[in-house]
Amino acid sequence: MVTESRPGKARVAGRRGDAAPGGSAPQRARTKHGRSALERTYTPWFYVPAGVIYAVIFIVPTVMSFYFAMTRWTLFSATFTGLDNFKQFFSEQALRSGLWHTIVYAIVTSGLKVVLGLLLAVLLTSTIRVRGLLRSLVFFPVLVSTVAVGITFGVILTPDTGLVDTVLSWVGITGPDWLGNPNTALLSVALVDVWKGVGLATVIYIAGVLSIPREYYEAVDVDGGGAWHKFWNITLPLSRPATFSVILLSFIGGLRSFDLIWTMTGGGPGFSSDVIASVIYKEYQAGFFGLATAGNVVLFILVMIIVFPLFRWMNSKEVDL
Amino acid sequence: MKIAGLRLATAGVAAAALVTMSACSSGLGGGSSSSSNAGGGGSKTLSLLVGQDPATLKSTQALIDAFQKANPGVTVKFDTRPGGTQGDNLVKTKLSTGDMQDVFWYNSGSLLQALNPSKTLVDLTGDPAVANVDPSFFPVVTQGGKVYGGPVGTAFGGGILYNKDVYSKLGLQVPKTWNDFLANADKIKAAGGGITPIIETFKAPDTWTSQLFVLGDYYNVQTANPNFAKDYTANKIKYATDPNAIKGFQKLAEVKAKGYVNSNYGSATQAQGMKMLGTGKGAMYPMLSNAVALIPADQAKKIGFFGIPGDDASKAGATVWEPAGAYIPKTSKNIDLAKKFVAFMNTKEGTDAFSQGTPPTGPYLDKGYTLPADAPPVAADLQNYINAKAFSPALEFLSPVKGPSLEQICVAVGTGQTPPQQGAAQYDQDVTKEAKQLGLPGW
Repeated sequence: MVTESRPGKARVAGRRGDAAPGGSAPQRARTKHGRSALERTYTPWFYVPAGVIYAVIFIVPTVMSFYFAMTRWTLFSATFTGLDNFKQFFSEQALRSGLWHTIVYAIVTSGLKVVLGLLLAVLLTSTIRVRGLLRSLVFFPVLVSTVAVGITFGVILTPDTGLVDTVLSWVGITGPDWLGNPNTALLSVALVDVWKGVGLATVIYIAGVLSIPREYYEAVDVDGGGAWHKFWNITLPLSRPATFSVILLSFIGGLRSFDLIWTMTGGGPGFSSDVIASVIYKEYQAGFFGLATAGNVVLFILVMIIVFPLFRWMNSKEVDL
Repeated sequence: MKIAGLRLATAGVAAAALVTMSACSSGLGGGSSSSSNAGGGGSKTLSLLVGQDPATLKSTQALIDAFQKANPGVTVKFDTRPGGTQGDNLVKTKLSTGDMQDVFWYNSGSLLQALNPSKTLVDLTGDPAVANVDPSFFPVVTQGGKVYGGPVGTAFGGGILYNKDVYSKLGLQVPKTWNDFLANADKIKAAGGGITPIIETFKAPDTWTSQLFVLGDYYNVQTANPNFAKDYTANKIKYATDPNAIKGFQKLAEVKAKGYVNSNYGSATQAQGMKMLGTGKGAMYPMLSNAVALIPADQAKKIGFFGIPGDDASKAGATVWEPAGAYIPKTSKNIDLAKKFVAFMNTKEGTDAFSQGTPPTGPYLDKGYTLPADAPPVAADLQNYINAKAFSPALEFLSPVKGPSLEQICVAVGTGQTPPQQGAAQYDQDVTKEAKQLGLPGW
């Protein structure tokens, strides 16, 4: 989807930007070599190395995966089975719950990242002390390895003796077994995901908020509006491009989330935090390579169906400042 | 301008996201490999691939030392591999790329079948390498009438490990029926003192421990229907509809429903479970008998073993797991030396060396083997079942069909998310999937 929308953009960039940075270079090219030189800045041979790499590493495996999705594949040999793998994949009980968990996870994480990211960005663009330090601290979890985060929080969320339950016991609350209880496992992982990912959302929002011209805020001051008016009528609507970016990035991230879930719960207890990616991963583990490839093809199409229209819609809603 | 840049960045990240996702399919990590030089000059190097748990490493080292002592001029190097399904993938990949060590240790039974042994492994039928092996082991390393491996370590039991101190303090007897078992659990619960009657450990990746009530119950299933494995492989009998097979799932649900299980079962690991059992904080643990290697020897002396009880006291018995196998890939350049090593593993010196690393938790399947007097009690308990012929190999050694999701289904049943009847039906579907992927006839 998004990949498909890129060639168009890339071509534009190729005509204008590839020749040389800055606007003057294409003009020079036009005066020296005329229009045809503009059309073809380099000889075709120049594109071959990149083209070969792209074909071998991306196009060939993608096409092959569509074939292997229709086989019983043991790595040693592949037997063509038609659409059996897809039938099997869709009849799986783990898939239905996995689909639901994926959507819940994507919505919870992207929703919280939007809300928290915006609030943190407003805080961190205000005139507070040690702003630079606070900005770094918010961004820090993004830099930490996901697996390390998963293992660390696995320890923190241990029932009874873990940090969270210990703190809760000081105020007389008996904390649940966060990751071991089927009712709380998925949400616990989602909250850790938010902690880890909110820094990126905040940075995008900071960029968005800072790009709003000061004149609008001055206009509110002239009209006698307060801080709330500034936030509700200026910051919120004018940071919409940032909001869309955050939603899109975190939603895709949520749909394909795997590493954190796998390190924290392994999809369990039972199937209670299984998402599509972990369902597929387990197929691979079991050695059902054809079936798992079919699952990946389904996931590919699913992400395309959800994200492409979202992307188009958001682009159509963008405003100029 | 800024917005356009942002949009492009978004598209780029989104595209990268998709690429990463599809890269899943090639995510097999290659392990470290050591080259094996057959080189001249009398010195030879043999390479070995083993599991990576501490007990295996100790045994491996002791075995290698003994082998090198008995064969001067030979150097044995070993590499380790992860266990579980990750290890399965690594072994399959190494075999298919010709990168496998001269000897590797891997599961016997259904998992071996998936390695396509007739194409990848050296045929050891009637070979001196396995001459000293008890013939009862051969069925689990045989495909198409050919034997492909020798045993690694001992056989072990799958059932209930119990703390003998707790049992004697409360005056309990080893239960012969499921009702006796529940009565014992009830007494332990009533006695208080913070002792958990039944330990369960469902934290990933120790989720597999949830399967013991189902897999360990197989002796009872087979006692009721001796043809179960055959009919099961032929798709004629199902867990959900067979009145005996479903009892494993019901037992799993029952102990949770009656409140016998530790409260942190969802985040407890196998090591924590064994610690609870060894220190007497827990009384009974559905587990494999070889897990006593995880606790100190003085604690292991207090741990006994009994099979998952059925309904008939006169037929009480246990389900036995066969040892893993030592196999030689066809791509090995040192096949003769590799055979010598496999043969050495099944001599008295070999098993004694192995026992130095890991105390035996069951009998070695070698001709004329007897347990040493200082073996942990679980080994003797298991030997008694074997001597009395009150045992059956686990189903995974009798049938190539084993669904990959059993552990998750068992956790779902064991935590009360799924009723046992539904769990058994889900497992039947899971098995159907496996059989279809294996391309078995009749599915």
